[in-house]
Amino acid sequence: MAETIRVVVAKVGLDGHDRGAKIIARALRDAGMEVIYTGLHQTPEQVVEASIQEDADAIGISILSGAHMTLLPRIIDLLKENEAEDVLVFCGGTIPKEDISKLKEAGVGEVFTPGTPTKKAVEYIREALVRS
Amino acid sequence: MDTKKNARDRWEEAYAKKEERDIEFSTMSGVPIKPLYTPEDVEGDFEEKIGYPGEYPYTRGVYPNMYRGRLWTVRQFAGFGSATETNERFKYLIENGQNGLSIAFDMPTLMGLDSDSPLSLGEVGTEGVAVDSLEDMERLFEGIPMGEISTSMTINAPAHVLLAMYVVAAEKQGVKPEELTGTNQNDILKEYIAQKEWLFPPEPSMQVFKDMLVYATEHMPRWNTISISGYHIREAGSTAAQELAFTLSDGFAYVEAGIEAGLDVDDFAPRFSFFFNSHVDFFEEVAKFRAARRIWATVMKNKYGAKDEKSLLMRFHTQTAGVSLTAQEPLNNIARTAFEALAAILGGTQSLHTNSFDEALALPTEQAVRIAVRTQQIAALETGAANTVDPLGGSYFVEALTDEMERQAYDYFKQIDDMGGVVKAIENGFQMHEIAEASARYQREIEEEKRYIVNVNIHEPQEEADVETHRVSQEVSDEQIKRLKELKQRRDNEQVENCLKAIKKAAEEGENTMYPTIEAVRAYATVQEICDAMKEVYGTYRETPVI
Repeated sequence: MAETIRVVVAKVGLDGHDRGAKIIARALRDAGMEVIYTGLHQTPEQVVEASIQEDADAIGISILSGAHMTLLPRIIDLLKENEAEDVLVFCGGTIPKEDISKLKEAGVGEVFTPGTPTKKAVEYIREALVRS
Repeated sequence: MDTKKNARDRWEEAYAKKEERDIEFSTMSGVPIKPLYTPEDVEGDFEEKIGYPGEYPYTRGVYPNMYRGRLWTVRQFAGFGSATETNERFKYLIENGQNGLSIAFDMPTLMGLDSDSPLSLGEVGTEGVAVDSLEDMERLFEGIPMGEISTSMTINAPAHVLLAMYVVAAEKQGVKPEELTGTNQNDILKEYIAQKEWLFPPEPSMQVFKDMLVYATEHMPRWNTISISGYHIREAGSTAAQELAFTLSDGFAYVEAGIEAGLDVDDFAPRFSFFFNSHVDFFEEVAKFRAARRIWATVMKNKYGAKDEKSLLMRFHTQTAGVSLTAQEPLNNIARTAFEALAAILGGTQSLHTNSFDEALALPTEQAVRIAVRTQQIAALETGAANTVDPLGGSYFVEALTDEMERQAYDYFKQIDDMGGVVKAIENGFQMHEIAEASARYQREIEEEKRYIVNVNIHEPQEEADVETHRVSQEVSDEQIKRLKELKQRRDNEQVENCLKAIKKAAEEGENTMYPTIEAVRAYATVQEICDAMKEVYGTYRETPVI
């Protein structure tokens, strides 16, 4: 891929646990990607709007509030409504195992749980975007 | 044996010939660790720096007898969906002899939002109880004598509103504010630094803090006005030294706010308490707790002229590090939490929350919570750790590390002072930048395998473990929104409007906002209505994210 990968990293929900979001934002940037970090307390609408405006290839959602089953499908739906379903959505956070398959069915590309090395996320994004 | 050399030289020579494991011998804060510590590593006078528990500078503990008199309090923080459910849980706890209640609020309440706000979607009652109006607070304490219990409220940005609700709910039971005992976290500075649940910019937030402090000092002598928190700073990725430095500098900023508001330091400082993290780097944690007590006592005495011994005592609660828990092989977190708990105990904590092993995945199940509580009981009753006061005091290593933690903290105090104080430093993004750097450095060390986390970058599990996790139902949210809608139709909305105007007026004119807030709460104005009214005057905080 010749062009630089553009990723919106967003923290949805009302909690302020942004350590993971910042670490992943920095790791993707260090891996040569263009990273747009939205900051905290984003609604699904704001995330999707940012990804369209920024012409993002991927959206990385950090979520630790337990509201992932509400907010992630909402982001996928909004992307579809805006004809932007080609944007890769992946997420990380405190997500129980049984929800991972449900999220993938809903259209989330990959789910990373706490402790995942950042290089796995970098590799995943590169491979997933080459495939698509 | 070469008798011409002394034992130390012989050991040094012998050590130099031996191989060392290929890792970095340093603490999580990056303090290099020597192979051996000796009396030469401990500077200063024993009586002055280490001394005796219950004696200035309290390095060894705040009480003369510590756990030989009374063990630390097992204080597990927990949240429940609706006010009614939480009320039932409270009654159960009281019937079983507990008289200290702890309220975890849901995320919208923490952010000053009502349950019907679009921003609250999916988060109503999920991580704590939803409180929109006085009605919810009344329901929380229905049938519970508020004059006989103590309540801990983990609430910060809208703390003044929840305190007002607590006061009015008690008043309706015939209990006066001066009879109320409890604590509210009320530490807004660490919100900007780490926890990120804010309403107004830092300057007006400190004004609201002063209003509350003055009100509580005058009317609620038994109320702990603040729990100055390093826990969240550490969870955001700081080092132990940063947690220590930023928490204490926040503490001093609150002391200065009280003095600026015209109070005498000894009238309010005894009601201050602290809340720390206990991470997995065992000795560094013990050193951090010991240094914290010594610094607080020294600065309170020498800089702020506190005379009451209670103003010098740093009492603190500790929670083990959520951030140290791994999603891989979650049962191993029981071991991590046990080590962390022991560090807090050997550091002299007054109360302790042990995390449950499944919390890297979800809110804990009952079984996981039971193991966490049992971990504390095993530490208390089986290990012998509570048999003597400050068992690690006098260890060359621990004393040297305590001095090092102290040195790093004073170093940060100076940097923050040079910037013009804590609020200015926050406005410059200083603490956030330092934390982000430390957090990124730690992650890099893990990924470069300079540090190990078992089952993350070494001894990785072959199969992902399956653990049962706790689920929260959606019904709570629907029910809460319905009740809020009914309340808004039923109450006297003109009176609510007038009360909100009075709050704005007080905020504009620099009058104490606590009094009109109490009146607004009494008229059943909601958390969000009150917070939004104040935002009109004070503005809304927007962070410039630091990555």
